[in-house]
Amino acid sequence: MKRLASPKYCYQLIGKILPWTSIACLICMSYGLYAGLFLAPADYQQGEAFRIMYVHVPCAILSLTIYSILFASSLVFLVWRLKIADIIAEASGGIGATYTLLALITGAIWGKPMWGTWWVWDARLTSELILLFLYFGYLGLRSAIRDPNTAARAVAILAIVGMVDIPIVHFSVEWWETLHQGPSLSKFTKPNIAKEMLYPLLGMLAGFFLFYLNVLLYRMRSLLLYRERRTEWVSLVLREN
Amino acid sequence: MLKNEINIFITILSRDLIQYSRRRGEWGLPLVFFVMIASLYPLGLGPNPKMLQEIAPAVIWVAVILAILLSLESLFQNDYQEGFLEQMILSPHPLSLLILAKVTAHWMASSLPLILLTPLMGLIFHQTATSILALVITLLLGTPALSLVGALGASLTLSVQRGGLLLMTLLLPLMMPIIIFGVSAVVKAGEGVNYSAELKIMGAILLLTLSFVPMATAAVMKTVIE
Repeated sequence: MKRLASPKYCYQLIGKILPWTSIACLICMSYGLYAGLFLAPADYQQGEAFRIMYVHVPCAILSLTIYSILFASSLVFLVWRLKIADIIAEASGGIGATYTLLALITGAIWGKPMWGTWWVWDARLTSELILLFLYFGYLGLRSAIRDPNTAARAVAILAIVGMVDIPIVHFSVEWWETLHQGPSLSKFTKPNIAKEMLYPLLGMLAGFFLFYLNVLLYRMRSLLLYRERRTEWVSLVLREN
Repeated sequence: MLKNEINIFITILSRDLIQYSRRRGEWGLPLVFFVMIASLYPLGLGPNPKMLQEIAPAVIWVAVILAILLSLESLFQNDYQEGFLEQMILSPHPLSLLILAKVTAHWMASSLPLILLTPLMGLIFHQTATSILALVITLLLGTPALSLVGALGASLTLSVQRGGLLLMTLLLPLMMPIIIFGVSAVVKAGEGVNYSAELKIMGAILLLTLSFVPMATAAVMKTVIE
């Protein structure tokens, strides 16, 4: 734990982890893609169109998971002043926003053939949209405050408040939707998923998570180099490469 | 001890109220803005009374929120530039209490006039007496929570130059639950349905923000001003 406080150690550790996560990501993704696109049988109701699930569901799950990671690392940063936690948060923000945007876009593409419309004001879609707004607010605040130390602590507090907000938004939107009698199509319950469909989905989920981890580690490395740019070890690292 | 804290609360409150009474633009402009936004809708959608009656709860709530967002920049900005916030941090009194006093003053100066004006707006939008009552009650419960959340946002953007747009981006996702329950309560009142559940939830949100936000705002302020 103590060694994690040293940026140099973190940099080297990430360098050792990265090849393994890259390989694992490649394996999971290629299995998930191949099995999902070719091996899994077409859905008896949705035909071939359901295959976008293999992109959409991992994106949607990760959009929330990454926000939870953002929240946890912000909390760790505020309580223990661990700089690496802030670096994790900074690197995660943009990736999380991208996953959220992708979840919304793939959802719209899926919704068009299934529900006949790109967008419905359904509880899940609306909460996802508000999650995207939360990410935008986070990124906007991070880039607007000049002093990096102030920015780090201010956005950490914002991330924590946002985490409190997410369940409130979710329940309020769910309730609001039942008040408005949302389109019954959007309430279709998922049939119990078959194993041939489930395993590729799990593969893709693992693949997407590992991809996030990869991008996170890459960004953390460059953030570490940038933040420590005036130190001895960074100039040594740069000279070696 | 407690008497001491009540005293300082009242001192800050009356100081801020006197300042607001001297700077009429700070609470007057949002008021004008509120009326203008609300009257834009009939101009855009046509004067059909039935439709206006239907959209009124949402229109009035959205206009109130925009007006509050507009007024939020005046909450801390002057005191920040004059160094008053630094004195607040250095003072021996709990910072969250002082912030609460400032937010209360801001609410009294900017939200209370809006609420007093809403019956008039309700009449313009052909609302019934029960809807207008529901509108006033939900606003009385909702706007303090909005002001508190707004104070957090205002403290986060203190050091940002021209942070108005950023402030709105930060705050709107946090404010959405309050809008949803406020509007649905007024809609229910218009249909003659019991809306006490919405009021209870809004009360719960108000209590949550009241206990949580002054502390968070104090933490942000100590971070931003150093």
